[in-house]
Parts: sequence; C-alpha cells; structure tokens
Amino acid sequence: MPEAVMQPWPWYVAGPLIGLMVPFVYWYGGKKWGVSSTLQHLCAATAPGSIEYFRYDWWKKGAWHLAMASGMVLGGLIGGRILARPDDVVAISGATRSDLASLGITDFTGMVPSDVFALQQILTVPGLVIIVLGGFLVGFGARYANGCTSGHAISGLANLQASSLVAVIGFFVGGLISAHVLLPLILG
Amino acid sequence: MTTAEMEQVEPKEGSESLAVYFTLGALIAVVFMKSEVVSWFRIQEMFRFQAIHMYGVIGSAVAVGALSIALMKRFGVRTIRGGEIDFPARAAARPQKHHIVGGTIFGLGWGLVGACPGPLFALIGSGLPVMVVALLSAVAGAWAYGLLRPSLPH
Repeated sequence: MPEAVMQPWPWYVAGPLIGLMVPFVYWYGGKKWGVSSTLQHLCAATAPGSIEYFRYDWWKKGAWHLAMASGMVLGGLIGGRILARPDDVVAISGATRSDLASLGITDFTGMVPSDVFALQQILTVPGLVIIVLGGFLVGFGARYANGCTSGHAISGLANLQASSLVAVIGFFVGGLISAHVLLPLILG
Repeated sequence: MTTAEMEQVEPKEGSESLAVYFTLGALIAVVFMKSEVVSWFRIQEMFRFQAIHMYGVIGSAVAVGALSIALMKRFGVRTIRGGEIDFPARAAARPQKHHIVGGTIFGLGWGLVGACPGPLFALIGSGLPVMVVALLSAVAGAWAYGLLRPSLPH
C-alpha cells in the first residue's frame, strides 16, 4: 500500500471527499445525505411500541440508511485496521495533548483513549457519563434537532439552510460545555 | 420489445441498489478513519480551538457540497433515473426551537463521547466493541426522543 494511503489523510483531501457525498446521494437517490435517521429506523424496526415517531414503513424509508451504516462498519475495519498500523497515534496539537494529560488521559495511541473507552470502564463514573450518557445525548439530540453532523453541518449548510446553521451553533454550545465544564468535572 | 421488457430496461424510481449505499458507506468510513474525524482526541482538539484540522475537514466538505448543489440547481441536474431532485426549500428550513435545543443536546453528547452517528459505526468496525455500547445508548436516546416528542418544545 502506498505510504500516502497508510499515513493520516490531510483535511484538504478528506473534507472534499466527504462533501462529494452530498451531490452523489442527491444524484443517485434524490435524497439528502444524513446518518442519524438510521437511529430512528433502528428503533422503528425493533421497538416501535405505540410511539407515533416510529410507526412508519422503516424498510421503505430507511433501507438505504441501514445499508450505508452497515457499509460504515466495514469501512471502519478497512480504514482502521488494514490501512492503518496498530501503534498509530493521532497527531493532535501539543496544547490539546497536555490539556488531556492534565485530565488524567495517559494513553494517546489509537483513535480513542483506552483510559476511558474500554468495556471494563463502562460501570465507572467516567465510563457511564462519557460513553453511555454521551451516546444517549448524541442519539436524543440528533433526532430532536432532526440531523447530526452529516445532515446539518454538511448537507444542510451546503444547501445554505438557516435551520442547519442554528443546529450547528447548538452543536458547538453543547460541545464547548462538555469539553470545558463536564469533562474536567468527571475526569479531573 | 414488450412493455414488460421495457420496464426491465429502465429501472423505476425507488429501485436503487442497496449495494451502492453499502459501498458508499464503506468508502466514506475509510475517509472518516484515515482523516481521524472519528477520533475523540480530534473532537477535544476541535472544541478547544487548538488546530485547524476538524474545521478544515468540515469547512471544505461544506464548500464542495455547496458548490455541487449550486451547480446542480443551476443546470437542473436530475437523478440518475431522470427524477427531479427535491432539495429542501430554504423557506421551509426556518430555524425553530428544536434546532437549537436539540442541537445543543447533541453537542453535549458529541463533546463527551467524541463521535457522531457515522463515526460510531466506523469505530465499531475498527475493532472497538465498547463503541457498541455507545451506539446502543444513541439508539436508546433516539427512542427516548420518540417517546417524549409530543411533550417537547419544537
């Protein structure tokens, strides 16, 4: 494999490739690209109960989302295992590294710190808040806002939608609170 | 050629291939992994404004997406099957309460778990079983939203 592929890809290569998803999905399927609807379809498929939000033909509306999400699992394997090395370190800035070190992060290898992201951490306070509550809020908020990073920050902004800009501002308000207030409280 | 044969030659709207979407998902997740946007470290860096990386990725993605949409609208590009493309109308996309409130809740989660929905799937594939827990929590979050939806401000 060429070394340039094995190395991390710069933002000016990755960003435009991600951006091309938007016209491709419009052209191929006439659809707006977004990922978080997948979560709604998973609920509709498994536990719709009598909740109106989940009472629809999830296969007709969501098969393409589910196919794409399944593909993402395979892509994660290819990009994270085959086109990467096990000792890869994400080259974050020195400032971030020292900020995170002061919060008690010691392992900087891989995509996520093993100090927190490990199965045996799930039942600790940091594990519960960061993984379980964090995941819950991502799912709750994405459906409440009717979109996540792909649907609002990329597809929506690319269509110059004011509603998406407002949602993205919300993403940052929440993210700043988590990064600067909640994480130091939990990890510090 | 009989009518039945003609129908076979020209695929109808809605007969798009799931294999294409699967492949697209795989390709984009490779990009997610190799550009490290799935990394908790990168998300923390972004919310600390300590590097251009995430802003570069999202900014250039939006620029390419916006240019593409503008060109598609300008030239009246149709779908591969000849259908009209239904771009969301800007007037119908006026900001409402649920955008800011839901967005802020999403951001709180993004800053903690460091991954939005697409990267959650990619991280599971990269061999992090702990991310299955995060994904199940996200599905539970979506379910809770569905349950509470009638009583939430929108």
